[in-house]
Amino acid sequence: MTATATATVIAPAAEAAPALRDTRPLRLITCGSVDDGKSTLIGRLLWDTKAVKEDQAAALNRDSGKQNDLGLPDFALLLDGLQAEREQGITIDVAYRYFATDKRSFIVADTPGHEQYTRNMATGASTADLAVLLVDARAGILEQTRRHATIATLMGIKQFVLAINKIDLINYDKARFDELSREFKEIALSLGVKQVTAIPVSALKGENVVYDGKASMPWYEGPTLVEVLELATVRSAQTVGFRLPVQRVSRPGESFRGYQGTVAGGAVKPGDSVVILPSGMVANVKQIVTFDLVRNAAVAGDAITLVLDRQVDVARGDMIATIDAQPQVGLAFDAQLVALQPGGIEPGKRYWLKSGSRRQRVSVQPSSILDLKSGKWNRHDGALPMNAIGKVHLSFDEAAIFDAYELNRTTGAFILIDPDTNNTVAGGMIAGKRGDVGGLNNEAERVILSLPADLADKILASGILSERRDEIDIRRTNPGRAAELLGELDS
Amino acid sequence: MHISEFDAHTQDKQVKPPLDPHLKALENEAIHIFREVAAEFERPVMLYSIGKDSSVLLHLARKAFYPGRIPFPLLHIDTGWKFPEMISFRDEMAKRFDLDLVVHTNPRGAKENISPFTHGSALHTDIMKTEALRQALDAGQYDAAFGGARRDEEASRAKERIYSFRTPDHKWDPRNQRPELWNVYNGMIRRGESVRAFPLSNWTEVDIWRYIQAENIPLPPLYYAAKRKFVERDGMLMWAEDKRFEALPGEQVQEDYIRFRTLGCWPLTGAIKSHATTLDDVIAELEIATVSERQGRAIDRDQAGSMEKKKREGYF
Ligand SMILES: Nc1nc2c(ncn2[C@@H]2O[C@H](COP(=O)(O)OP(=O)(O)OP(=O)(O)O)[C@@H](O)[C@H]2O)c(=O)[nH]1
Ligand SMILES: [Mg+2]
Repeated sequence: MTATATATVIAPAAEAAPALRDTRPLRLITCGSVDDGKSTLIGRLLWDTKAVKEDQAAALNRDSGKQNDLGLPDFALLLDGLQAEREQGITIDVAYRYFATDKRSFIVADTPGHEQYTRNMATGASTADLAVLLVDARAGILEQTRRHATIATLMGIKQFVLAINKIDLINYDKARFDELSREFKEIALSLGVKQVTAIPVSALKGENVVYDGKASMPWYEGPTLVEVLELATVRSAQTVGFRLPVQRVSRPGESFRGYQGTVAGGAVKPGDSVVILPSGMVANVKQIVTFDLVRNAAVAGDAITLVLDRQVDVARGDMIATIDAQPQVGLAFDAQLVALQPGGIEPGKRYWLKSGSRRQRVSVQPSSILDLKSGKWNRHDGALPMNAIGKVHLSFDEAAIFDAYELNRTTGAFILIDPDTNNTVAGGMIAGKRGDVGGLNNEAERVILSLPADLADKILASGILSERRDEIDIRRTNPGRAAELLGELDS
Repeated sequence: MHISEFDAHTQDKQVKPPLDPHLKALENEAIHIFREVAAEFERPVMLYSIGKDSSVLLHLARKAFYPGRIPFPLLHIDTGWKFPEMISFRDEMAKRFDLDLVVHTNPRGAKENISPFTHGSALHTDIMKTEALRQALDAGQYDAAFGGARRDEEASRAKERIYSFRTPDHKWDPRNQRPELWNVYNGMIRRGESVRAFPLSNWTEVDIWRYIQAENIPLPPLYYAAKRKFVERDGMLMWAEDKRFEALPGEQVQEDYIRFRTLGCWPLTGAIKSHATTLDDVIAELEIATVSERQGRAIDRDQAGSMEKKKREGYF
C-alpha cells in the first residue's frame, strides 16, 4: 500500500470472479453504532442508483422538513418506515431494500445501531454475504461497533467494508481516516477477518457512495462503495455433502411417497445412496420430482421432492444425507450463541431448539462469554444476559443432527425458543459434536462388527441401537476392504 | 388444460427455457416457506386477492405441493367493489386448478350499504377489507394466513418478517417483532394467536413480471392495455364502466387505452394510460417507469404511515 492508495485491503480478494455473470443478488447489511449514518448511507445508495421513484421522492421531500443545512433530503426516511422510528429519528427494526446497478442486483438489510435492538441486527446479519460497517469519523470505533463486527463474523460474514462516514464533518482529514483504518485493521485481524476495504464517505453528500469524492478528497484513490459491492462474492457453495432436511412427507395417493425439502448442501441425482438420520437407514434415490419436470440432478438451494427406492420410515425433521459424508448425530454439541431478549439465556433451562425443519428440546449450559473490549473469552457458567455472545454446551433428550456452522451455514445454524413466551431468544452456530465417539465412555471396551448392509440397516433401525446411536460409529465399505481392515487389526 | 383469454399474453409459447438463477432462488425460497407453514400449522389459509402477486403466489403454491393438491383453502375478501373481470377470473382459476375457494363479504357492508364514494376510502377499507378479513379468519379458525405482500411495496412492509406474528385480535406490533434468523422460522404460537406468512417478501415488482413471463402465469386482462372508459378524478384515472359509477359535475368520461399496475376496488385503483398489450410491453414499460406501483392507490395517500396503521389493525 502506498501513501496515497488508501483502500486498506488486508488480503487480496478471493479469485477474480469467473467471466460468467452471477445473477444471484448480493446480500449485504449496514451495521455500526447508533447515528453513524447507516440509514442515510443506504438511502443515498437507493437515491443515486435511481431506485427511488418520483412519488417516493416527493414524499421524502415533503417529510424531510429542514433537517440539515445542506438543503438535502433526510435520506434515512427512505428506510426508517415505522412511525416510532420517524418520531425518534432512530432505526428500530431491520429494513430490507432491493436495488440494482447495471452490473448486479442487491438485497440490503439496514440494521439498527441501538444496543437495545441488537436482535434485529443479528436478524439481518444471519443471511448476509457482506457487511458495511459504519463509523462516525468524529466518534471513532465504539463498543457497539465491535459488537456488530463480532456478531457479523460469528454469523459467517467474511467480507467487510469499513465506511468511515461523516468525513465532511472533519474536513476530509486523511490522517484521521488512516488512523481509524489502522485501528479497525487490528480488530479485524483478531476476529479472523481477512477482507476489509476502508472507504472515506459522506453518506449525506453522496461522496464515495455511488459517485466518487475526488473533488473533496483528492488523496483517496480507492474504489467507491458501489464498486466494492459490485465485485464482492456471493456466499460460496456449502462444502459438505448432500443434505436434505425433510419439511414434509407428500402422499397424494397410495402410489406416491415423496420427501419435500430444500437442499441444504451438496448435490443429488437418481441412483445416489443416501442415509436417513437419525435412524441410520439407507436407501437409493429413485427420482427427483418438481412441478416442471422430473430432474436428473438437484443442487444446494433447490426446493425438491425426493422419491426413494424402498419403503423407509422418514418423517418431518429427519435429514436425508449422502452416505459418504454424513452430518454429526449426537446428544451433546458445542455452540456459540447470541442472546437476543431481555431475559437472556438461563443455564439449565429447557428451551426449544429449531434447526432446519427439526425442533427438539435442549438444555443450555454456558461455558464462556466474550469480552467485547479485549476480544477475550472469559470463563462463565451463569446466565448470558441480553446481547451477550457466549459459548455453550447443548444437551438433547433425542439425537440432534448438525454440521459445524463453518462447514454449512444452514445445517449448522439454530434458534432457541423460550417455551414460556414462544419468542426467539437466541441465534446459535454449531462448533461441533462434543466428545467424539467413545468420549462419553472412554474406558469401555469396544467391538467392531462387519456385517451385510441389509442386516446392519435392520439392526440399526431397532430400538436398542437407535437409542444409543450417539455412541456408534459406522462406515460403509465393500467386503474386500472390510476384510482388509479387520486383517490389519489382527496383525 | 385449455387456453383462455386469461393466459399470459406472451408472444410465443415454445419450450420453457430454464429460469434465470435470480428468479430460481426467489422461487425456491417461496416454496420453502409454503412447505414450512403447511407442516407447522394446523389450519393455514391463503389470502387470494386475484392480482398479479396473488397469481404468482397461487402458482408457487401449486409447485410447492406438487404432485399433491394445495393442502389449504384460498380466501377471497370480496368488498363488492372489485372489477367484474377479477371475479370471473377468480372463478375460472378455482375451476381450472380445483381450488378450495372461500369467499367472504362483510355482512355489515351490504346491510349499511358501505361505499367508498359515500363513506370515503378509509372507512370502506376499514370495514370491507380489514374487518371482513378478521371475521373470515376468526370464522375459519385459521392459525396461519399466506399473503402476497412484498417488502419493496412500501416502507412499513420493508420492515416486516416473513412469519409476521399476530395477537388473538390480529394486531401487529412492529416494535416487537420476533428475530428471524437464517431461514429458520419460529412458528410457535398460543391458541388464538396467528401468523401471517409472506413467501414473496423478497420479490420486487420487476421480479413478479419476469416470473409471470417465464412461467406463463394467467392474469386478469386488466393488466393489459385496452380501450376502456374512465374519468380523471383527484389526479387519478378512475374506471367508469360500472353501473354504480356517477360522473361528478364537470367530469368528462373519456375512452382510451389504459391498464392497471395493481388491482383492487375499482373506485380506489388508478389506471395508467398505456399501449402495453403484451407481457413484453408491460415489462418494458415498467423498466422505465418513474413512479411506483402504489402511486395509483388511494389508500396509501390518505396520510403518512397509513399502511403501518392499517397493518397494526389487522390489514394485510
Ligand atoms: N454531515 C453529515 N451528516 C450525516 C452523514 N451521514 C449521516 N448524517 C446524519 O447523521 C444522523 C444520523 O443518521 P442515520 O442515518 O439516521 O443514522 P443510523 O446509523 O441509521 O442510526 P440508527 O439506525 O438509529 O443506529 C442524521 O441526522 C444524518 O443526516 C454524513 O455523511 N455527513
Ligand atoms: Mg438507521
